[in-house]
Amino acid sequence: MEWIDDGIVLARRRHGEAAAIVSLFTRAHGRHLGLVRGGAGRRAAGVYEAGNLLRARWRARLSEHLGSYACEPVEGFAAGVLDDPLRLEGLAAACGVLELALAEREPHESLFDATLELLRGFARPGWAGDYVRWELRCIAEFGFGLDLERCAVSGTNHDLAFVSPRSGRAVSASAGAPYRDRLLALPAFLKAPAGDPADAAEITAGLLLTGHFLERFVLGPQRRALPAARTRLVDRWRHSATISSRSTRDS
Amino acid sequence: MTGPEIERLIQLLARLPGLGPRSARRAALHLLKRREVLFLPLVEAMTAAASSVRTCSVCGNLDSCDPCTICANPKRDPSQICVVEEIADLWAIERSAAFRGRYHVLGGVLSALDGVGPDDLSIAALVRRAGDPAMKEIILATNATVEGQTTAHYVVDRLAGLPVRVTRLAHGLPVGGELDYLDDGTLAAALQSRRAISSAGGGG
Repeated sequence: MEWIDDGIVLARRRHGEAAAIVSLFTRAHGRHLGLVRGGAGRRAAGVYEAGNLLRARWRARLSEHLGSYACEPVEGFAAGVLDDPLRLEGLAAACGVLELALAEREPHESLFDATLELLRGFARPGWAGDYVRWELRCIAEFGFGLDLERCAVSGTNHDLAFVSPRSGRAVSASAGAPYRDRLLALPAFLKAPAGDPADAAEITAGLLLTGHFLERFVLGPQRRALPAARTRLVDRWRHSATISSRSTRDS
Repeated sequence: MTGPEIERLIQLLARLPGLGPRSARRAALHLLKRREVLFLPLVEAMTAAASSVRTCSVCGNLDSCDPCTICANPKRDPSQICVVEEIADLWAIERSAAFRGRYHVLGGVLSALDGVGPDDLSIAALVRRAGDPAMKEIILATNATVEGQTTAHYVVDRLAGLPVRVTRLAHGLPVGGELDYLDDGTLAAALQSRRAISSAGGGG
């Protein structure tokens, strides 16, 4: 058995002294593990950092075997975000979510392309909004798409302000007002076309929204929690939101 | 083929890093052939190390005294702490003889895969040490990996508010490195961290 495919590094676990078991999110073969001889050594260390795009050749005697990878770097995304704590947590969170949520060897080509676009976008301003939209895309990919187009109560597509934590459907401000404590906030940038800027409070609200449904629909049934990197990402945005609201109040 | 004592010795040697069953067999044979000059002194040294070496209660280094030789050395600069992931990193910096301050060993990095969280690392002790009025600088020498830098950013957050300067090691070209063989990330980091060259030199 042998194939060649592009793959994004999701995780690397040391195996013995110098080898590593690498988890790649490949375009045509989904999340696929393989042994990399020398993958934990110094020479290969930079190649198998989470988030990097590789051209991978997988070989095994039988398809159900773990098999081994021989990889070449194509695009290194990890190095570009190491100095930026928010982007670094964003990259680690994206890889962590995929590592936990994707079933092994189940192809998700469109999600692969969306993930690649997300990784390329980390260098641009507005990446955080793209990250929240990417998580919505993940939730939809696993069959639990949220309906943020119209109000679940009145059917209107105006004045949408909340999301029902049970059904994942949008609720207008007027219909949701009596239940606002039990509803999730729908940040404005998720209603606007992609690319519209979002402030820290909106990003936090977006992450809390997608985090709820990732846990409820995707990871919860597998008895898994959200990855620690994603929790830290939310904490960082929440902290930024607190600082910016404090400075707005002071000025 | 061999007695149980020799088999046991081979099995234990095979657990050491860099040794497989075949090389462990060679090492065992080598030791047994050089019983007086190598095997018995090695046994003595290992017994002495096992009974006397302990973890430094201040920095986390391994030494036969507590605090360790580095922490107890009055000639080391007490106003600088270099934070490293593992003891091997501390030893690597010591070999370079480029740093005359003190150290703090975190004992690993934040890793969701390995289930390592902030409470599993020696971060609280670092924050306590950084709160010392004599402390001026904390140098983060974690590895330039996603996990290493995530840990570094977390430590920076925990040190926020303390009157210390927090720095990190530079990323870029290794000495003897050739541009053609460097990965894109290292080259990008080296370009970002470029600095002016002075024609005056550093002779003072």
